[in-house]
Amino acid sequence: MDGDDDTSGTMIDEIYANGGEESDQRSRRAIMSGDQLDVEAYAALYSGRTKIMRLLFIASKSKIPTVQLDTLRMAYDEIKKGENTQLFREVVQKINGRLGPNYEMDLSWCEGVDRKAEQKKERLENELNAYRTNLIKESIRMGYNDFGDFYYSHGQLGDAFKSYVRTRDYCTTSKHIVHMCLSTILVSIEMGQFSHVSSYVSKAEQGTDALDPIIISKLRCAAGLANLEAKKYKLAARKFLETGPELSSHYNDVIASQDVATYGGLCALATFDRAELKSKVIDNSNFRNFLELVPEVRELINDFYSSHYASCLEYLGNLKANLSLDIHLHDHVETLYDLIRHKALIQYTHPFVSVDLNMMANAFKTTVVGLEKELEALITDNQIQARIDSHNKILYARHADQRNATFQRVLETGREFDRDVRSMLLRSNLIKHDYNFRASRKL
Amino acid sequence: MDPLEAIVAQIQGLSSSSSDIARLHTILKQSDDSLRSDSNRLSPILSLIDPSIHSLGFLYILDAFTAPSSSNQPQAEEVVPIITRFISACSVEQIRLAPEKFVSVCKRLKDQVMLLEAPLRGVAPLLTALRKLQVSSEHLTPLHAEFLLLCLSAKCYKTGLSILDDDVFEVDHPRDLYLYCYYGGMICIGQKRFQKALDLLHNVVTAPMTMMNAIIIEAYKKYILVSLIRHGQFSTSLPKYCSQLAQRNLKVFCQSPYMEIAHAYSTGKVADLEAFLNAHADKFESENNLGLAKQVVSSMYKRNIQRLTQTYLTLSLEDIANTVHLNSAKEAEMHVLQMIQDGDIYATINQKDGMVRFLEDPEQYKTCEMIEHIDSSIQRIMALSRKLTKSDEQIACDQLYLSKVGRERQRYDFDDYDVPQKFNI
Repeated sequence: MDGDDDTSGTMIDEIYANGGEESDQRSRRAIMSGDQLDVEAYAALYSGRTKIMRLLFIASKSKIPTVQLDTLRMAYDEIKKGENTQLFREVVQKINGRLGPNYEMDLSWCEGVDRKAEQKKERLENELNAYRTNLIKESIRMGYNDFGDFYYSHGQLGDAFKSYVRTRDYCTTSKHIVHMCLSTILVSIEMGQFSHVSSYVSKAEQGTDALDPIIISKLRCAAGLANLEAKKYKLAARKFLETGPELSSHYNDVIASQDVATYGGLCALATFDRAELKSKVIDNSNFRNFLELVPEVRELINDFYSSHYASCLEYLGNLKANLSLDIHLHDHVETLYDLIRHKALIQYTHPFVSVDLNMMANAFKTTVVGLEKELEALITDNQIQARIDSHNKILYARHADQRNATFQRVLETGREFDRDVRSMLLRSNLIKHDYNFRASRKL
Repeated sequence: MDPLEAIVAQIQGLSSSSSDIARLHTILKQSDDSLRSDSNRLSPILSLIDPSIHSLGFLYILDAFTAPSSSNQPQAEEVVPIITRFISACSVEQIRLAPEKFVSVCKRLKDQVMLLEAPLRGVAPLLTALRKLQVSSEHLTPLHAEFLLLCLSAKCYKTGLSILDDDVFEVDHPRDLYLYCYYGGMICIGQKRFQKALDLLHNVVTAPMTMMNAIIIEAYKKYILVSLIRHGQFSTSLPKYCSQLAQRNLKVFCQSPYMEIAHAYSTGKVADLEAFLNAHADKFESENNLGLAKQVVSSMYKRNIQRLTQTYLTLSLEDIANTVHLNSAKEAEMHVLQMIQDGDIYATINQKDGMVRFLEDPEQYKTCEMIEHIDSSIQRIMALSRKLTKSDEQIACDQLYLSKVGRERQRYDFDDYDVPQKFNI
């Protein structure tokens, strides 16, 4: 990154001037990357059901009609390659004839697929029954697995999940178990059952045999997603950061390498401290491969680390529209952004005894009044130890007087103890009295 | 000889030594009924006996004389001075022989002054009576509650406070304690000593009990409001040691509008809280808590201003008014000024440019007074923990307690033994 080389001597100037020329030049690039989402390129990153689901998700969230129709058209095409008639009907309903006669309801296709599915199901059932009477473990496992695949391709996720789980009793090698786990993880992610995801990830990792690096990477991603959904951003960041470069496009029926970079980068930014950020993200040669795929995220992490907050926040702002169209990230975008912004504010104020609010507002590209409000919230939350001189617009760091605080606390604790013991004695006397009273009545 | 005259003679004759008084006491107990039946003839006798020497006899006759069942109820104006004189003159040793009689006479005094609508007349005599009756300052007599009630009615809260500073441990009847704490809490509220009020009400709410009663419900309502005023928050969960009954029922009884006002407070918006209060003013009014509820609202302004001192060094009055939703800078100034006066915040107002400068707490914990204060606190706490140990030892040696614990364990073992048999059937 070009900012790194010239910071050495002019560091102090930079802090004040980081709203200046350099970031202008950068912001131009940033705006380009913040363009409307290129749906074609996006969809090309994925395969299988997740592609359809992501397209449909964008269609439902996007406000722009052309994007909606584009995504729906691509979803239509994609579904037709598969066998999921239920989803097909839904999409056709959503298109509602807006894409011309080529994208109308295709009843004959639906019926054909349904009929074939019916036949296939019957065949599978017969096969499975035959295996079961013969009691051949491996065949039974295969039979259930086929059933799982069948249900999955027809969109019956609950049944698919059950079938995959059933194969577990017939697994004979650790490889089978890993396969079972991956299948269930795949289905659970689509069902949004992320608690299943984490439990099957740990089950797969328990295996004694050394796992294939690709599979390890897949499991890391799945665990990362599960943590992300559970709002455990720090754990999610760790998992994504551990993902190996072997992943490339092997797991694109769930997650693309670009996503690993974005999810991991944002979560790390929101939760890691400076040292961790440096050692685990910026100096992480594994993860650098991922970051290269999404230069915006790489840039914004570097900006954050080198305290170019204005440009970092600008990158974030540009990315926001696209990130909120992401099927996994959209719920968390706001929270992560808030966390990152708060961290930036805290980090900015940390080294100073006093900070000029005008300068700080400039660095964060905001107004002094707005900044004051944000700082107020952080101070109230006890995240920044400082007080605002609203008259002169200066933020002063506050150094807590340990001695006074200790005295205060000691006196308060004493009072509390005093109070508690007295009411306790009173209560015990009451109980004693009550007991004596009852005993005397009994006599 | 007329039995009445005989009794008078006995009283006059048997008042010198303690053995005589004990004999007199048994005689008086026996003749209590006959005294009551002759109550209309007792008035002249009272003037014959000296209350300071013959306290016990005087007490019995006075009790019979003022008993509400008697056919011709004596006039309040006549009774009050007699009882007042008796209370101030009576001998402590003699009245303690018949505490129930003494309490009932004092209660009658209270009833009479309430009847006359002059509660002030009963305050001083009851305080004297209470001090005479209690064995130690830790002892709660039934008169405590009556006394506090009179203080409340007469609005002399300061006199009431004098007995609230005693730590009470010995209780004759739980109901006395409930009332004592409830009235005491109200007196402290009147004096704006909210922490003390909170402690007292807390004692009522968490008192062990086996039946719900109105006192505890009313106390809980006030407890919610005072807790909001004092701490700016109210935790809806009661402590573990609170009785099961209270934990289950109190919230239900106080749901509207008390739990709701606590909820409205927690949102931190003054406008919401005020709107809520206005909407439920009738309800608060009917339960005599409107004034307290209004103080809850004003405490919110205070709390918001106090919060500003944590974040700002200087802030204009205008901004203060805006952040805490006051109408004008002038109003904000009044609030800040009041709070500086009360010692809630440390600040200076610069009227020239309308700026408020918030300062740190000037207390440095270096003065002699502070050291003395700390020392006295330490002494108090040491005394308290000695008492705690003693009480613990006492309970551990208590025969009833031990027999109960022993019995329960035995039964428990028996149950254990019993289980397989049940399964056999």
